Amino acid sequence: MSDDKPASTPPADDKAPGEEKTVDSHVDDGASAPGAGLEREDAQPDEQLDAVAQVPAGPLVIETRRGMWSDGSGDTSGYGRLVRAVELPNQGLPSDGWYSSVTSRLLRLVPDALVRVVFDRGELTFLVAREKLTEVMGQLRDDAELRFEFLPSVSGVNYPDDSGAELHVVYHLQSMTHNRRLRVETTAPDADPHVPSVVAIYPAADWHERETWDMFGIVFDGHPHLTRILMPDDWVGFPQRKDYPLGGIPVEYKGATVPPPDERRIYR
Amino acid sequence: MSSTDFYAQPGEATEGTVYTAMGGDWGEIAAEQAERSDEILVINMGPQHPSTHGVLRLILECDGETVLSIRPGIGFLHTGIEKNMEYRTWTQGSTFVTRMDYVAPIFNEVAYCLAVERLLGIEADIPERANVIRVLMMELNRIASHLVCIGTGGMEIGALTVMTIGFREREMILDFFEAVTGVRMNHAYIRPGGVANDLPETGIAQLRDLISWLHKHLPEYAAFCNENPIFKMRMIGVGHQDLSACMALGVTGPVLRSTGYNWDLRKQQPYCGYETYDFDAIAWTPEDGWDSSDSYARFRIRLEEMWQSLKIVEQCADRLEASVGQPVMVADPKIAWPAQLAVGPDGQGNSHEHIKHIMGESMEALIHHFKIVTEGFRVPAGQAYVPIESPKGEIACHVVSDGGVRPFRVHMRDPGFNHLQSVPIQCEGGMISDVVVAVGSLDPVMGGVDR
Repeated sequence: MSDDKPASTPPADDKAPGEEKTVDSHVDDGASAPGAGLEREDAQPDEQLDAVAQVPAGPLVIETRRGMWSDGSGDTSGYGRLVRAVELPNQGLPSDGWYSSVTSRLLRLVPDALVRVVFDRGELTFLVAREKLTEVMGQLRDDAELRFEFLPSVSGVNYPDDSGAELHVVYHLQSMTHNRRLRVETTAPDADPHVPSVVAIYPAADWHERETWDMFGIVFDGHPHLTRILMPDDWVGFPQRKDYPLGGIPVEYKGATVPPPDERRIYR
Repeated sequence: MSSTDFYAQPGEATEGTVYTAMGGDWGEIAAEQAERSDEILVINMGPQHPSTHGVLRLILECDGETVLSIRPGIGFLHTGIEKNMEYRTWTQGSTFVTRMDYVAPIFNEVAYCLAVERLLGIEADIPERANVIRVLMMELNRIASHLVCIGTGGMEIGALTVMTIGFREREMILDFFEAVTGVRMNHAYIRPGGVANDLPETGIAQLRDLISWLHKHLPEYAAFCNENPIFKMRMIGVGHQDLSACMALGVTGPVLRSTGYNWDLRKQQPYCGYETYDFDAIAWTPEDGWDSSDSYARFRIRLEEMWQSLKIVEQCADRLEASVGQPVMVADPKIAWPAQLAVGPDGQGNSHEHIKHIMGESMEALIHHFKIVTEGFRVPAGQAYVPIESPKGEIACHVVSDGGVRPFRVHMRDPGFNHLQSVPIQCEGGMISDVVVAVGSLDPVMGGVDR
């Protein structure tokens, strides 16, 4: 840790304290905004950049790993005591393009909307608390500057080691008006797998949410008929969860057995 | 005629009269129902009905022949592909995704491989020739997929000839695929980093033959169908769905373009170098006071798209002739499998230079080959979502990596999955015979829908 930065400061929050107090005092108007201190012609007013900078932007740690093999198998590689954190990278919002203007616009419409902003490999991800999800999605669809009017895909991801947020729901949005794509992600803990449904906002989410319920057991509150869609109606368990067994049969050949794929020792 | 409900659970109460149409005559059921004057008939169509494009189940409530409500039931072809991929290497993933939408397998592979390549950060390193081959295979596959859609759709309304000639042309395309990839379907030909192998020596000549064959035979569809009064009567105004309904229900592809909205990802968000090809995105605009947005408009769009695809295929052929001998796999040996394959006397594809190198010259190369084939390569952690324009609409792959040698999660967004959501809005209030036309115009492939 370097000397000029207090250890308690979050990495992304490098603005001086007190600057953010003026957040709500302006109406956003590019032409009439005070020009003092703006370095670029198309720069946002200062307080908006502040609001964007307030959102944590570090990488998301999803797992901590030991050794080179799957857990529980004998590690003969010599790397058994190696501990690695698996994190989804985050390069931070680029200064050009539409990314920061969309972020600040959303933050002005829904203050405290974002838990985290991730920009990686040219794709923008908003991590949203589930309590704010319907409000955020409503604004993303309706606001003329955002106008993500098309929801092509909803799916789930199960991160068993992301404690308190084991289940992620990933919404991919498409703005045909502006030709932009955006990912919105929300989380729920295993113990309380509830996420509000966005079917009232995007009817296209109907079957996708049913599939995500079917595969991950995430309950979409307010969905008109949350039933299984791919698995049989009386199926027990949620197949896409990481702890769901594949149910393979060991293959026996000349007395030796090869275990099913999910029980084999794996590289990683 | 039996009144037993074969499908009821033990002890389940039967509601109303049960008619069983198996092996019987629909007229008898209609007459019997008219006698009973039951007001609403609940009909279970599928999952084994020949006109539901595979194992789609439709549950209809009918008043006479008018559909009051219709609910599609899917999942009969769910094979857990996404789950299985989490237990195979990234390269093996190609083999799995190709089995999703089996009528347009190349598109599954390209969507998946582009997503993996974005995670690897090698999008810009894919050799030019590999991209041209990808575009060539995609566009030929688009023609083949549209031929299946038009052919089976025609068969379902009684135009059997459209089906027989459609499958004839498709078979020519599949022959070319077989020459290039080794198999007619389920190719696993597009791999992360490039393609599995270059065209065979006779590939270009065979491609030229195919192009001239298609030039000769594609006009037949327009001649048979475009102005055919029966065809038009069955199609026009059927399966109507306007632009706002498409937006709300996540509908893309020819169905969206039939509303007159010119949305084609090849134009809007180009990939694989589509911006360098000369072609048009086809949308159908209303004419003669006819509102379009219906099955006939979708048919005409598919017809025109086949010509546009053929135009792209010709440009690909020229570029392939100019780039003979260039690599078709990314240069990084930590990712690339040997892609200079030749068919040996045993019929198997092998790279003789590579075998000579690893078996006779370098032990390290042998170790490396063994590692990359059994263990695979690592993909940096992160997630990517790459959409492309399949014949049916936006097909996209959402891939999450935890930095390992296997995908952490793969989700395929199949256009058919979304399109089947719009069956009720297209069919309710119409006739039961129009359901078949409307579903056919959506072109769902259940392998992709259920995955």
